[in-house]
Amino acid sequence: MFKQSLLQRLLLSDTGSKIFTAIIVVMTVVVPALNLFVPEDSIFYISTYTMTLLGKYLCFALLALSVDLVWGYLGILSLGHGAFFALGGYAMGMYLMRQIGDRGVYGNPLLPDFMVFLNWEQLPWYWYGFDMFPFALLMIFFAPGLLAFVFGWLAFRSRVTGVYLSIITQAMTYALMLAFFQNNFGFGGNNGLTDFKDLLGFNLQDDSTRAGLFIASAISLILGYAVCKFITQSRLGSIAMAIRDSESRVRFMGYRDEHIKLFVFVISAVLAGIAGALYVPQVGIINPSEFAPIRSIELVIWVAIGGRGTLYGAVLGAFVVNYTKTFFTAFAPEAWLFILGSIFVFVTIFMPKGLVGLYDQFRNRRPFKTRQGQAAKS
Amino acid sequence: MIYKLLVTAFLAFNLITHLGLAEETPADFETLLAQLTTKKFNEKEIIIGEIASSGHEQALPVLTRLLEGEVYYRKDDKKIVFVDIVEKDALVTDIISGEDLGTLPKKKVKKVGINNKLRGVLKGAIARLSLNNQDPEVRRAAVVEMFENLDNDTILLIEERLPKEEDDDVIEVLNTALAISNLKSQDRTTVLAAVETLSKSLHPEARTALTSLKTNLSEQPSTPQSQEITSAIDNSLHYINSSVGWYKQIENVFFGVSLGSVLLLAAVGLAITFGVMGVINMAHGEMLMLGAYTTYIIQQVFPSLLQYSLLISIPVAFVFTAIVGIAIERGVIRFMYGRPLETLLATFGISLILQQAVRTLISPQNRAVATPDFMSGSLEINPALSLTYNRLYIIIFAFLVLAGLMLLLKKTNFGLQIRAVTQNRTMAKAMGIRTDWVDALTFGLGSGIAGMAGVALSQLTNVGPNLGQGYIIDSFMVVVFGGVGNLWGTLFGAMTLGIANKFLEPFTGAVVAKILILVLIILFIQKRPRGMFALKGRSAES
Repeated sequence: MFKQSLLQRLLLSDTGSKIFTAIIVVMTVVVPALNLFVPEDSIFYISTYTMTLLGKYLCFALLALSVDLVWGYLGILSLGHGAFFALGGYAMGMYLMRQIGDRGVYGNPLLPDFMVFLNWEQLPWYWYGFDMFPFALLMIFFAPGLLAFVFGWLAFRSRVTGVYLSIITQAMTYALMLAFFQNNFGFGGNNGLTDFKDLLGFNLQDDSTRAGLFIASAISLILGYAVCKFITQSRLGSIAMAIRDSESRVRFMGYRDEHIKLFVFVISAVLAGIAGALYVPQVGIINPSEFAPIRSIELVIWVAIGGRGTLYGAVLGAFVVNYTKTFFTAFAPEAWLFILGSIFVFVTIFMPKGLVGLYDQFRNRRPFKTRQGQAAKS
Repeated sequence: MIYKLLVTAFLAFNLITHLGLAEETPADFETLLAQLTTKKFNEKEIIIGEIASSGHEQALPVLTRLLEGEVYYRKDDKKIVFVDIVEKDALVTDIISGEDLGTLPKKKVKKVGINNKLRGVLKGAIARLSLNNQDPEVRRAAVVEMFENLDNDTILLIEERLPKEEDDDVIEVLNTALAISNLKSQDRTTVLAAVETLSKSLHPEARTALTSLKTNLSEQPSTPQSQEITSAIDNSLHYINSSVGWYKQIENVFFGVSLGSVLLLAAVGLAITFGVMGVINMAHGEMLMLGAYTTYIIQQVFPSLLQYSLLISIPVAFVFTAIVGIAIERGVIRFMYGRPLETLLATFGISLILQQAVRTLISPQNRAVATPDFMSGSLEINPALSLTYNRLYIIIFAFLVLAGLMLLLKKTNFGLQIRAVTQNRTMAKAMGIRTDWVDALTFGLGSGIAGMAGVALSQLTNVGPNLGQGYIIDSFMVVVFGGVGNLWGTLFGAMTLGIANKFLEPFTGAVVAKILILVLIILFIQKRPRGMFALKGRSAES
């Protein structure tokens, strides 16, 4: 009963969270139902394509949450969160590769196709264990978490902050991208991992598996939201926000700011990794371009557009930008980069609080003078 | 036999007559040429000998082109001419005056045929002529050419030339050639002396000759004599390898410095804007791209000025990208002071827009930028080390830009203002400096330098919409590594990264070298979070 009430407290604490929870819960129930139980010619039918697309957006939303947790509440602009997402994705991809077994093009029961193609004799050691789902699941948490831990431990301990930190996170994901592009690195090089067959014995092409993945993504999003909310509402969250606003003061008050930063950073990386792991079976491929610096920057803009520092804002941003992207890359591919670029500029100049902040921005506009006075004081 | 004697006698006679007549008059040369229309090869041989010994300045070109089959005669007036065959037409050139005699149908000219024996004679004559050429460079090249094929005749020629030679470089190659041929000798001391000589030569042929002799010896039963030679060869090879390795290192440093200068050019503008405004300009890479495209457009608009296109492009690119930079600063960045992370995102948006604009307006494909003559080719220092001109010029250019920038910062009023704002913005403002104008102009300056860097880059890489993307992360690394607000730091960072990269590459491959460098920088930042040359004192407080 306590657990129930904790979840309730986390998910229904404010208006934004209530709306978020309501929408996602409704989606979790309605979308798969409309896909599986409604005949295809009905106007209420949701195609598997749409459901997978929505499932993808749910993963992106979880990823956006993880970015918002570090950027909005901790003040770290990470330009490398795509790396954690991709690592989680690769961990899942490796499990899915091993599940193919001897159904690959070359029919090798042990080695994935690309290794046979490269004339490899045996499985590299780091592929051991990925045939077991529990191990893969562990790695989905562990791989991004470990990277974030090592990176964060080094960076926060020596007080690398601000723009410098952003740039070295970018260097991190760039270095990983170059590494994963290498064929001899053992992760499929350029082509990455693809051609998956089934997950836990369920065929990935089946509508019911897709629906299952959709539901899993939605539940993960809700749980991820709850975790973020839990952290931000706790005392630890308050210190995190204090670090965001004035790091040296927090340090002078005797808090070990680097430990708090490290903790939040690792949690955020794990969330990103989970998002990646759910994303890969739905799109059916993971390749090194997920590590590209531009991907990481793009997901920062989701958060900026939705509203930094409000968790539901990040989710909203992920949905809005990705829907726009889907729309424009289909109908006017030339225009997409113009639009994305303009959004970057427009949002950062005119909407510092993002979409969810617009309401406040308009409400505050009327008593203009008082607001100016407040700004001057603060 | 008798015939051969006759020919030799005839040649000797000719030589004597020519020695007698110190100067050959052009008319005689023309008569000689006219005789080439004969169909008999033995007559041609005599004529070739005479041409070779005529001392006429066109003798070498005639013989070379005769060997290549480009000497013809016109069927109507039997005049001997140079001919370039272009499809069905013959482009005719007068041999003596070099005058263009127009185009004839291919049928109207007849090639002066040669056979294998004549080819041998021609090669000998050409070698002899080039060995006695005025220009030491021609003589040297001729000897190097002979390394491939050292028969007795060539050796005779070389031995003949050696006492007369005065140029040190030519003497060195002549000795190398003799030594290579002496390796075949049966005499122990000759071979040992040759091995000794070759140890000082960096020509790849010298090494090949030594190695093959060593293999030969190892296949034969071992004798004290062969052992002595083998060990001498080992010494020589060791010596050669170590000096070639040494030059290899120098070459690596050169490549490193050249990569470093490219990084320096790309990063120095970024360092200034970052230092002054604390703003990370993600669109900086696109300024490089715009500079490179300026070169492309200048070459398209003024195709006749290709040789000068780079010199024209440098100022044009500077002004153009500086204007774009100022527009970005006035239009976007000034609304975001004090929010460096948001600026990073906004400028990233601008970079996307600029990339797509180039894709839409020009082309998504890479564009070819032509290289002027003075940028192509390479400066050959010795057989083991040659430096390409384009890299050499870019190194010089990078240092000129750096020097110019330093002068600007240290000696001008504007530079003083930039430094003041870098150190303490509020104080500078209080002293009456128009900080907003300093910001705009600094941003323009940084962008303009990136534009000039783009002109240089257009000579090294493909010019395409993604050009800037490839350099932006490296430039950040340079700035972060070197420290902000200090040009020496940028120089140090760029050179260290460039040289380290080139030294890692042979061991790890290019990509892994890059990864290693990135990892090393990430680790380095832990030790010095503000870079190698961080600002100290009050201005260090962010």
